[in-house]
Amino acid sequence: MKIMNCPLNGPRNISEFTCFGPVHDAVDAQSASDAAWCHYLFYQENKAGIIREWWRHTPSNYYFIAERHTVTDEIIATYSASELSRIENKS
Amino acid sequence: MMLNEGSPHAMPLTLLKYGLKRDYVPHREIPATPDLRRRYDVVIIGGGGHGLAAAHYLSKYHGIRNVAVLEKGYLAGGNTARNTTTIRSNYITNQSIRFYKEAVSLYEDMSHELNFNVMFSQRGQLTLAHSEATLRSFHLRAEMGKHHGTRISVVDPRQVKEICPHLNMDEGGQHEILGGLWHEDGGTARHDAVAWGYAAQAARRGVEIHQRTEVLGFDISGDKVSAIRTSRGTVSVGHVIQAAGGANQHVAKLAGIDMPIRCFPLQAMVTQPLKPFLHTLVSSANLHTYLMQSSRGEIVIGGGSDPYQLISTRSTLDIKEQLAHGAVQLFPFLHNVKLLRQWAGITDMTPDYTPIMGASPLRNYWLDCGWGTWGFKATPVAGKYLADTVANERVADILLPFSLGRFETMALINEMGATAASH
Ligand SMILES: Cc1cc2nc3c(=O)[nH]c(=O)nc-3n(C[C@H](O)[C@H](O)[C@H](O)COP(=O)(O)OP(=O)(O)OC[C@H]3O[C@@H](n4cnc5c(N)ncnc54)[C@H](O)[C@@H]3O)c2cc1C
Repeated sequence: MKIMNCPLNGPRNISEFTCFGPVHDAVDAQSASDAAWCHYLFYQENKAGIIREWWRHTPSNYYFIAERHTVTDEIIATYSASELSRIENKS
Repeated sequence: MMLNEGSPHAMPLTLLKYGLKRDYVPHREIPATPDLRRRYDVVIIGGGGHGLAAAHYLSKYHGIRNVAVLEKGYLAGGNTARNTTTIRSNYITNQSIRFYKEAVSLYEDMSHELNFNVMFSQRGQLTLAHSEATLRSFHLRAEMGKHHGTRISVVDPRQVKEICPHLNMDEGGQHEILGGLWHEDGGTARHDAVAWGYAAQAARRGVEIHQRTEVLGFDISGDKVSAIRTSRGTVSVGHVIQAAGGANQHVAKLAGIDMPIRCFPLQAMVTQPLKPFLHTLVSSANLHTYLMQSSRGEIVIGGGSDPYQLISTRSTLDIKEQLAHGAVQLFPFLHNVKLLRQWAGITDMTPDYTPIMGASPLRNYWLDCGWGTWGFKATPVAGKYLADTVANERVADILLPFSLGRFETMALINEMGATAASH
């Protein structure tokens, strides 16, 4: 059994969670070009290393962020989505 | 036991002498890896089924023989050797059915074509419906398939029972079988033999197969690749075909090409050998499980991809439990059977469950990518038309819908429903 640490519910079996794929920038729906839409919809991070993803604890319908290593299958960190903007403002 | 000349177990002395003779050269179907030449007309990245099939078609039908296949590991050690060998053409869209139908017919003739027994066994594929919604999608697939002249029909529970008498119909239960999609053209072949057969044919015509040769980068001038840097030196090149399986997104990136691909593991497992009882391929989308019996008697069990992306071939107990659950639901008497082996491959998944083939932003760089969990069946047809494309320097008509450009024009070819659980 693999354990994921939910920022809201604490450590739970990973079967209780659903992955929603890498975090990526939204496009401006009014002004985005076809190419920008295409990139937004279909081109996602596939790095061999640490990626940042949206996850959900399904029974409580709580969405949050996880940092995961795509080669070692380690979960590095999990935190609430509100921290995301803080991290992005810093970098 | 005494061995003597008359015993069928004795190695005749003359044979031993023959083998030890100084001028005896053992027959090798695939020559040892030679030194790299300075230049090749065509370099194929990836010595899996797809790359080797392309090499065969280039050398046999287009007279292009100054060809190198570069394989970072050993021959067919990627997804080709890990797949569960379902061959079928029961897809949903016109473009896919047309393409995979030709794939199936090339398998029908493959042992002849390669003079190598690939053990193609066209035993039919039965996909099960446990809900009305699934049955409706089966009607759509059956009508599409009939329109293209493939053998496919929707069958009722009585016919399901006739085709596969050992199935648990689960009448009144949670997973009651309400009907099936019966695809008589479906079958399996031996994956190693397919790769080996293409490799042997290509090698006979002069294609060089370089194992343990990893592509590390490209020299690009203008809109063309001029040279490929490998772990064994740099070669200049006329054309490149990329067929790197699970590494497709990363290899393309080395050439500066972005691909809408993410890597997901796909796992499978086999049981101990049993008496033959399962004479068709059986699959259930609702249970995310499919089964077939190999010619050794083992039950091969596979299902859906891992739930999150990963560039690793580790296996998990979660998926094994899920597969075992599906298998025991369909065939309860399997509950005591032991598992012999389990494994995973890294699959290169596209957003629409359809491959990416043909042109790239570089004029002499051709793609055979995005084969995800469904590309073994396409080995011959992809090889044939990639070779055709390179020889004519023009994308073959049948490949045009599968272009990398389809994402920008939103001309996706959605095969998720016909692919996610059956491959
Ligand atoms: C468990 C599992 C079950 C499957 N079941 C089915 C099925 O039932 N039916 C079906 O049709 N498909 C199935 N598939 C999918 C199928 O296996 C693949 O789509 C198909 O084998 C792809 O063949 P390929 O030759 O393109 O890739 P591969 O066989 O993966 O070959 C690519 C090769 O490229 C090499 N390579 C990678 N990077 C480099 C580099 N930088 N330099 C040099 N070489 C490199 C790799 O080592 C590899 O050998 C399954 C896959 C898995 C994992």
